[in-house]
Amino acid sequence: MSMLNLLDDERHHDGTIKDQYLTFAIEDEDYGVEIAYVNEIIKIQAITKVPEMPSFIEGIINLRGDLIGVLDVRKRFGKPPKEYDEETCIIVLTFGEYTLGMIVDAVHETAIIPEEKISAPPSAKLSYANQFVRNIGRVGDEVKLLMDVERFLAQD
Amino acid sequence: MNDFDRESMLEMFIFEMSQLIDQLEAAVIQGESEYNIDQINEIFRVMHTIKGSSAMMMFDNIAGVAHSIEDLFYYLREETPKNIDYKLLSDHVLSGADFVKEELAKIQNGQSPDGDGSELSKQISGFLQKIKGKPVQAAAPEPKTPAPPPPSEQPPPEPTKTGTAGDNMHKYRMKIHFQDGCEMENIRAYTLVHNLQSLATDITHEPADVIDEETIPIIRANGFTAEFSSSYDYNYINSHLAATVYLRELILEELSAPMGQVATPLPQAAADVSPLTVVAEAAPDTAAHVDTAAKKGAPANMISVNVSKLDTLLNLMGELVISEAMVTQNSELDGLQLDSFNKETRQLRKIITTLQQTVMSMRMVPLSATFFRMHRIVRDMCRQLNKDVQLDIVGEETEVDKNIIEHIADPIMHIIRNSIDHGVESQEERKTTGKPAKARVLLEAKNAGGDVLIIIKDDGRGINVKKVLQKAKAAGLTSKPDAEYTDREIQQFIFLPGFSTNDQVTAFSGRGVGMDVVSSNLEIVGGTALVDSVPGEGTTFTLKIPLTLAIIEGMNVLVAGAQYTIPIVHIIKSFKAQPENLFMDPSGNEMITERGEIFNIVRLHEFFNIDGAITDICEGTLIMLDNGEHVVCLLVDDLIGQQQVVVKSMPKYFKKVRGLSGCTLLGNGDISLIIDVAGFFDK
Repeated sequence: MSMLNLLDDERHHDGTIKDQYLTFAIEDEDYGVEIAYVNEIIKIQAITKVPEMPSFIEGIINLRGDLIGVLDVRKRFGKPPKEYDEETCIIVLTFGEYTLGMIVDAVHETAIIPEEKISAPPSAKLSYANQFVRNIGRVGDEVKLLMDVERFLAQD
Repeated sequence: MNDFDRESMLEMFIFEMSQLIDQLEAAVIQGESEYNIDQINEIFRVMHTIKGSSAMMMFDNIAGVAHSIEDLFYYLREETPKNIDYKLLSDHVLSGADFVKEELAKIQNGQSPDGDGSELSKQISGFLQKIKGKPVQAAAPEPKTPAPPPPSEQPPPEPTKTGTAGDNMHKYRMKIHFQDGCEMENIRAYTLVHNLQSLATDITHEPADVIDEETIPIIRANGFTAEFSSSYDYNYINSHLAATVYLRELILEELSAPMGQVATPLPQAAADVSPLTVVAEAAPDTAAHVDTAAKKGAPANMISVNVSKLDTLLNLMGELVISEAMVTQNSELDGLQLDSFNKETRQLRKIITTLQQTVMSMRMVPLSATFFRMHRIVRDMCRQLNKDVQLDIVGEETEVDKNIIEHIADPIMHIIRNSIDHGVESQEERKTTGKPAKARVLLEAKNAGGDVLIIIKDDGRGINVKKVLQKAKAAGLTSKPDAEYTDREIQQFIFLPGFSTNDQVTAFSGRGVGMDVVSSNLEIVGGTALVDSVPGEGTTFTLKIPLTLAIIEGMNVLVAGAQYTIPIVHIIKSFKAQPENLFMDPSGNEMITERGEIFNIVRLHEFFNIDGAITDICEGTLIMLDNGEHVVCLLVDDLIGQQQVVVKSMPKYFKKVRGLSGCTLLGNGDISLIIDVAGFFDK
């Protein structure tokens, strides 16, 4: 078996990549996003505003010569704004044809959450932010809200 | 052909073929009414080249069709028969051209060109027979290029190297005859020698200069002989040579063997070359010198380069411009005494600017090919709609960026179709209105500042403003009372998606697609389309497209701490307003008088809803902008300076914002948004 196949196997059967989530904080909650989408994590930096955009689209940043759009997760979730501080980070994601930055309060760690530790959220959608959560994962005693990136990026 | 760079040969082949087809169509359309000797020669030459090249690439269906047309024109050229149905002749040639185009498209998409051209060839040779005055034979035994031998897909047997070079060299002599009619014998011989170089040394061959086309008849008559030394054994060399395409006869002799081995002089007709029926024909020999003569006229100091390389070059150029700005405007240099540094950076900038102009000019392509292609469309439509239209082309030498050309061919085609289908009246209608029976469509290109204008003008019936307005209302496209629309505004509705005034759907237009392709395609390249029509007299479409996309000269301005870049070609001047020159009309539109003229003021911060900008007009700076038609004054906080910027598109995720065309990186790494001046005018 070639090296390539091995890697492929790891990804899909062994599940080491599949079950990995990058966890981050918004307000008091911990969220997780599949590591497969994540390119890198950068510190918050100067953002150029773009007029006429939905409020959660913060603007454009210069990522080593590439201009990418950044979204504010707090605003997207309808949470009150918070001043950027030492801990504020931008998670750079690639989703389909888009490369985008996601501003979060703080980035924690990569957590391995196997499938059996993941359950669907309660069926009643009570709040606006709730619709961006696809699943709920458990790591020890803690709960991570696993983000639905596709919904999160939907603009309408 | 082994794998002698077949990919790049294919690419070259497709490129050449498309050019030839364009030439062919141009010649046919010029000669539509009656072919003169020049056009006959041209078509003959083109067809001959197509036949030769495609036979060499083993696309026999293309070669077959080209061959039959070549035969036809050979006869026309030699016998100059009279009373020919030129329309029918053109139809035959054009359907041949279409066939070739279709096959080329297949090749381009990586499919194998499997179209069957035999029916077409038969029709064409039937036509030739008719001209010759002979009865058409049922099974026209038109000689067709024989099927190629199986290409050298099965790899030759593993080399049995008999030893290292030097003492273990075999000496060989080979003689090859190519199949008759396979064309380009000299190139085939060259390819052969090229392939041999990997196996053999000390290659000498006769004729010696195979690049020269004069050697073709020699190779045809005497074959191609070569002597060489190789460390490989007889069988290996023989099987290698036997894989040559279009091989008729191969004789390989071993002149001397390395020590310890017995020379095996086996003069042997290559038995493993599949014996093929070889068709002798008279045409190619006479044709060869025509071809040679034509090729000599080709400019020798031109090379063709893959566009992707130019794209890379352009991208690098962009990086260089940014990088130069980053170095020379580096904040660490602030406050330093830098006389000699500044001198050197000026020199650097000068070089970069020249370099950039050169790179840009390499990408500039004249519009002629795109324009001349329209002749064919006009002709086809006239035949089908029974209209008589003359297409006049002006300014086809105007050059635009290669990337832009790709996006404007479709718009031009749609507009011309639209003009002929909707604009130009039927022949009877033209008679009753006293117009000349032959309608005219003008296709013109000209430079206007940083833009190219493409004008398509017909002398048809013009746009029915009432009908357009009705349709627009029915489709819910109007936003104010009918009476408030000017004719011009109404005419622009036709560019909206799904709009068509033609009640009947024809083969060419009426489905409401087409005109919105015009606007959407133009939008991609930052162009605009305008229509201007006089009822009964005709319609003029004006497409305005930028010369180039990538790097523009911009003026950076400041609004509420953020930077914006305005393309300098649109700026007339900037100035400070005096309070006494400002006034406001009852509906709140701000205006200013400047040197006796009155202009509207657009506040950039209001336009984009930006907080924190300077709101007192006299405190900020006004920039007078011109879109080629109107002038407005734009209020910004302050000017920063002029700079070349590399246009980058907005992140894909962002929806399009009116008034913004992209963004750019400034020297210090900041981002500036590029203003689309057109956005301020079409409010």
